[in-house]
Amino acid sequence: MDQFKMQPFRKLDGVAVALRRDNVDTDQVIPARFLKVARAEGLGDTLFRDLRFDQSGKPRPDFPLNDPARKGASVLIGRRNFGVGSSREAAVYALVDYGIRCVVATSFGDIFAGNSVNNGLVAAIVAEEDIEKLLSAVEQTGRAEVDLEEQTIKSGNYVVPFTIDPARKTRLLNGWDELDLTAQYQDRIEAFAAKDRAERPWAVPRG
Amino acid sequence: MTQPLTLFDKIWAQHEILKAENGLSLLWVDRHYIHEGSFQGFDKVEARNASVARPDLTFGIADHYVPTHARSKPIADPSLARMVQQIVDNTAKHGIMLMGLDDPRQGIVHVVGPEQGLTIPGLVIVCGDSHTATHGALGAIAIGIGASEVSHVMLTQTFWQKKPKRMRVTVDGRCGPGIGAKDIALSIIAKIGTNGAQGHAVEYAGRAIRALTMEGRLTLCNLAIEAGARTGMVAPDETTFAYVKGRPFAPKGADFERAVQVWQQLPSDSDAEFDTEVSLDASAIAPVVTWGTSPEDTLPSDAAVPDPAQVDDPDRAKQVQGALDYMGLTPRQKLTDIRVDRVFIGSCTNARIEDLRAAAAVLSGRKAKVPGIVSPGSTLVKRQAEQEGLDKVFTAAGLTWAESGCSMCIGINGDVVPPGERCASTTNRNFRGRQGPGARTHLMSPAMVAAAAVNGHLADVRPMLVGRA
Repeated sequence: MDQFKMQPFRKLDGVAVALRRDNVDTDQVIPARFLKVARAEGLGDTLFRDLRFDQSGKPRPDFPLNDPARKGASVLIGRRNFGVGSSREAAVYALVDYGIRCVVATSFGDIFAGNSVNNGLVAAIVAEEDIEKLLSAVEQTGRAEVDLEEQTIKSGNYVVPFTIDPARKTRLLNGWDELDLTAQYQDRIEAFAAKDRAERPWAVPRG
Repeated sequence: MTQPLTLFDKIWAQHEILKAENGLSLLWVDRHYIHEGSFQGFDKVEARNASVARPDLTFGIADHYVPTHARSKPIADPSLARMVQQIVDNTAKHGIMLMGLDDPRQGIVHVVGPEQGLTIPGLVIVCGDSHTATHGALGAIAIGIGASEVSHVMLTQTFWQKKPKRMRVTVDGRCGPGIGAKDIALSIIAKIGTNGAQGHAVEYAGRAIRALTMEGRLTLCNLAIEAGARTGMVAPDETTFAYVKGRPFAPKGADFERAVQVWQQLPSDSDAEFDTEVSLDASAIAPVVTWGTSPEDTLPSDAAVPDPAQVDDPDRAKQVQGALDYMGLTPRQKLTDIRVDRVFIGSCTNARIEDLRAAAAVLSGRKAKVPGIVSPGSTLVKRQAEQEGLDKVFTAAGLTWAESGCSMCIGINGDVVPPGERCASTTNRNFRGRQGPGARTHLMSPAMVAAAAVNGHLADVRPMLVGRA
């Protein structure tokens, strides 16, 4: 099904938005009440739902994504510890379905970063000393260019390097699905399972 | 001489099928726990027209969406009923055992796994839930994964991981009375921050950890994720073996004896090295509460709310102000002056029998000034608590004795804190809207929640324990 197909990522030049918050947890990215929504329905509207809209459903004017100039944003610049908390992959679905292809922060929740690569979303790590300038540049220019091969982000005249795990980078560049990689090791998995079963009989659940 | 190894290294090596050129390891999974929220994993399996590779190592438990009231009646909200039915259908289709809504063993996955003896030392355990680290309390590598990884495990019984760094958190000394695993865990998070353990597998060690019961260790490891850790673990010891012995799915007889011999070799070698070391003195840990919207916003209950004017970093100051606005607090307000509207005792963090006993010890013979729910961690915990008469203590105090599930920790089964209301809660996350849109959460131990219930405001539980067992 195309819905789950990874798209390769090389370069992106798009509208960028700055979110000056630490510890943006995945409960903020997508509140739990939307977790029962099937992916096929699209989760873009649920992105940052309670930060974007008040309880009557009115957009909060001070939330950066609600700035009309940032409509169609594809790059999101955060601060420290983005995507912390719940393992909900729907947080990544909401970002991707909204149109975000790259999130930048000085650190990411581990599970979020893993979920990102499985959905073609680049989680780019920028050094503490660079993030402030990048946030300011994006606030001024409203755009960013992401080059995954070169591991750089450019906004206006400002260019910063970013880091990403090399294995994740390769998968993103090629749009490789993890399962396709695993399939080539099927024999080794089966051999391991047989050997392990003999070595650790106690590890099999009784009952 | 062989290289000295940590507990984590030893279990990792046992489960590493291969290490690919890209540096990632393919790991074997001994137990895969699934819940109603795992439906996206099944959807991906179906999209490939495939089936679950090892249904015998996959265990379904209904916890996230189950009602905690009126279980004899059908679930009124069709969207919730659908979630609870979906796991019934999916597990039946793939031949997976389910501890569903009507099963006497039903409960929260991170309570049920250890309780049933499915979680034992030396295993690699995964679940599509961030609090999976809980199971590390028994000396296992337990990792929370996303939906794509859930489907990967369903299809292959393996998952890819980059080997994390090793962190040891040593807590020596002895905790004072009324202070427990929750206070230790929150104090660790306050010290290192919510990303303090990012990219690390944490081993908790030291005299205060060894002294914890299995329930306490489960609480401690449960909160490893709130420090950003990939997993948290405690080396197996006599406490662990005694806990595991005789549980339904645990090894039996000679198998058990053999397993114990293996498990005794698991603790970190005395000269094993860790990438990061953190230490705390248990005797300096006070009963703590959170004031803000991140678990790192933890302070001793006798402290005051921070003042953004005294925070140097302007963005950080703005965030502190934002948290205070959301929480409805004023700078420098004493924490014990914060009034609460309700309490919640439950969740995979603090709803085991020991937690209920600790809360009941405070509530016994006293009345709660505010309403609240007590949702046991499992149906078996509920039965045991009833045998001990704890349910009567809670109801006599004015609290509601409910069925088991994730309930008000995540608020997706209908148990929510109304907008603007403040809840003293034994749960794990005080994120904005976690317990319902607009809900204000203060995290603390079960004893501290009981103290808040009796006083109607946040309070130090210690004076209330004087003269009580």
